[in-house]
Amino acid sequence: MILALEYHRSPTKYLATRGITTLNVGSRLSSLVNSAVASNLSPLRLVNREEPIRPGPEWVRVRPLLSGICGSDLGLLTGRSSPYLTPLVSMPFVPGHEVVGETLDDLPDLPKGSRVVLDPVLGCEARDLEPCPWCTTGRTSRCDHVTAGRIQAGLQTGFCASTGGGWSRMLVAHRSQLHPVPEDLPLKRAVLVEPLACAIHSVRRIDVPAGSTVLVVGAGTVGLLTVLALREFTQAGPVYVVAKHKHQRERALQVGATEVFEPSRAARALRRVTRGSLQKPVFGQEFLLGGADIAFECTGGAGGLDTALRLVRAGGTVLLSGMPSGTVDLTPLWYRELKLIGSYATDAGGPDSSRRDDFTEAVALAAQAPLDGYVDAVYPLSRWRDAVGHAIAAGRLGTVKVAFDPTRD
Amino acid sequence: MSRPGFVLEVDERTPALLVHEGEGFRLERFPLGTRVVYPPESLPGIADVDAEIRRALLNPHGIEPLPELLFPGMRLTIVFDDLSLPLPQMRTPDIRQRVIEHVLELAARAGVDDVELLAANALHRRMTPAELKRTVGERVFRAFFPKHLRNHDAEDRANLVHLGTTAHGEDVEINRRAAESDLIVYVNITLTAMSGGPKSVAVGLASYKSLRHHHNVHTLRHSRSFNDPPNSAMHHSYNRMAALLEKHVKIFTIETTLNNDTFPSYVNFLNKREWEWTLADQARYLAVKRANDMAPPRLRRQMWQKTVAPYGVTGINAGLPSEVHPLTLANVHRQQLTEVNGQADIGIWGLPYICPYNVNSIMNPILVMSLGLGYFFNLYRNAPIVRKGGVGIFYHPMPNEFHPVHHPSYIDFFEEVLAETTDPVQIETKYEEQFATDPWYTHLYRSSYAYHGVHPFYMWYWGAHALEHLGDVIFVGADRATARRLGFRVASTLADALEMARDTVGSSPSITYLHAPPLVMADVR
Repeated sequence: MILALEYHRSPTKYLATRGITTLNVGSRLSSLVNSAVASNLSPLRLVNREEPIRPGPEWVRVRPLLSGICGSDLGLLTGRSSPYLTPLVSMPFVPGHEVVGETLDDLPDLPKGSRVVLDPVLGCEARDLEPCPWCTTGRTSRCDHVTAGRIQAGLQTGFCASTGGGWSRMLVAHRSQLHPVPEDLPLKRAVLVEPLACAIHSVRRIDVPAGSTVLVVGAGTVGLLTVLALREFTQAGPVYVVAKHKHQRERALQVGATEVFEPSRAARALRRVTRGSLQKPVFGQEFLLGGADIAFECTGGAGGLDTALRLVRAGGTVLLSGMPSGTVDLTPLWYRELKLIGSYATDAGGPDSSRRDDFTEAVALAAQAPLDGYVDAVYPLSRWRDAVGHAIAAGRLGTVKVAFDPTRD
Repeated sequence: MSRPGFVLEVDERTPALLVHEGEGFRLERFPLGTRVVYPPESLPGIADVDAEIRRALLNPHGIEPLPELLFPGMRLTIVFDDLSLPLPQMRTPDIRQRVIEHVLELAARAGVDDVELLAANALHRRMTPAELKRTVGERVFRAFFPKHLRNHDAEDRANLVHLGTTAHGEDVEINRRAAESDLIVYVNITLTAMSGGPKSVAVGLASYKSLRHHHNVHTLRHSRSFNDPPNSAMHHSYNRMAALLEKHVKIFTIETTLNNDTFPSYVNFLNKREWEWTLADQARYLAVKRANDMAPPRLRRQMWQKTVAPYGVTGINAGLPSEVHPLTLANVHRQQLTEVNGQADIGIWGLPYICPYNVNSIMNPILVMSLGLGYFFNLYRNAPIVRKGGVGIFYHPMPNEFHPVHHPSYIDFFEEVLAETTDPVQIETKYEEQFATDPWYTHLYRSSYAYHGVHPFYMWYWGAHALEHLGDVIFVGADRATARRLGFRVASTLADALEMARDTVGSSPSITYLHAPPLVMADVR
């Protein structure tokens, strides 16, 4: 038996959390409400459950050493994630897909006791299926078979009942999901490899022409790592960041932001630097004629996407990096003929075989990037309510990433 | 006979004294020994203004009488000061209306058909049709608006003309219509000694390219004060430009001066010295203060903005600008100059609700700074009322409020520029060009009612001399976060402010309070 946090099916709790957290009560109060709701009403429970069974010989058991709490996890716990994803998960599952751990079984090229990070995507290879067209070209995040094969439905580890997840003392992972990390890479950096790989993936999803003006909306983990990836993998010109909190502003500048704007004055400030014009509708937020060439939406909220759509120039690109929630006025998308691009998880380069996969790049970058202090709140599983509450209020509390240490009592 | 200006030394018998603080006022008890500078009593206004206008036009200084300068087929451009003058706005008919009507009558008699009227708004916001009508009067407005009565557009490249550069390399670029006229008639109101004379055309009809030569930190820091033209680098620059202008275009100027009847009868106590308040004045003070304090902010602002002054006209002189202006300055000094013996450790100013750039608008924090550390601090001749390194104490609530239509670039200046630095030189070096050439601000200046993008910079430079001179600046009653953004300290009361000032000027400082408005200019000996 292992200790695990288990997310179970409970339509009542789902609707209750969704109903309360979608109330418009102001951003500060909203963080408090969400924190209370997610900690007390969400269908998450601490249980002792059977160890997950290895579905095949290429699978190993992994003991999570640190497991991060991601924005998508919080979306799930606060009921704000879209019902669209419900057929792609299997219940009950153990959340946690940002994992650094050590293997408990031997594989031919990966001895027991190896320190690994997890690529959570469960593609055709892990499901023992003939590769779909996407998996054939290494673009496993687009796999069409995430509900089929020898394991239950689940777009990722952390949403699949068969594999277990990072918020537990054991999960199982297919060899294709595992990326060894150097022993000297600190755990608190290693646990950031997965979100960093996602950020790298997102900046490589689109062409970022040299010198182009980029806006990053949000300066949580996704936003900060996106700025880092933009500086590392593109020739972007000025990178402007919309950040709510002082520590986020400082960190954004540290990883290469040109300037950081408070949300309330983002439109005016971006107008100034891009020399567009500011328009004020009768109702709703201001928007620009002119603006950034590209915007990365990194908040996962409707407000963030709304901001991005309003502040990109005509013909520009909005890349959706955070898992979306809520509804947004798409008029700017139509009127300004914008390109809206999604970016989900990571891949191994797609048709460009010369490119190293996102995870390999992320492991290398995590070793040298200024990421100290990003993981400054680590909780045992038993304190999951505190951990989730802290993660929801992370920005306000000066934290970037909250993680579980499942090895602690 | 009006009594001259007067310096009161506060003693045990001195009553509490009136201090303006934005859209409000209070009675304040000052420490014993505080010197309070009052303006001369309001001068009597000219009884027959129309006759005096006729006299001035027919007996000008240094140039032929106006009728002799007018001839059929000529291009005549009448230029007038914009709504930044006078403050508060004067009771109608505005003196500009009266002068313009006389000029137009003479032009009509001379058979002049090609007449244009231009508001000399430089980089100020355009005047609305209603504001133009109020200034020139209904008759003129109906006859000339909109085709022949316009605001100057400092960004209309096709309608600007570069007349040359001065010996100091200063570009002189002004409105094409005016520059290519056979005669410019300039109708002026000189409220303070900085206005009028060489400033009228060279500034009022200029472009940014021309204005930047004197509206900059260096010049403002060397204008001591900018209300004392002989000692003002800014006016030296105006003079050079005006000399160049004179070679290209004939200017006939009519300068007028006003007395100190600043407030209407229902708040007449604001025009008086406190110990001379009658029982009725005291009752009126209590009633007005109570009503004002209780009024909702929007209503309060409307009430103040609707206040019109029953000014009397103290002088009308016409002719060549260089000949007329000394007479005008003498009139201003007659009304405003009060001799003060020496500087103090602390200077105190109560800032009223109005400055040249918030007529029918909002006095935003940058305008408060410009009014206090610019206009009021510079109301001196010879030396500031406070010594170098002394403390300036200003009264104003300084709310974080901006007019989104009139002051768009001010909002960004406050949020972006002042968040980084308050040093005028750094601000000028890093940001001025960006704001001055920002196409959105330019668009709003030209097509909406916005001040030019560079205007908040000029307001900040306006206070550059005071910022350099003062050891500390404390605002009484100001919004703390806003004042802090501007780099100033905040006190709740005068006693707190004086306590805070101890760090800079010690425990027994000398204090001078400049009691204005009505305007007073300290002649510091």
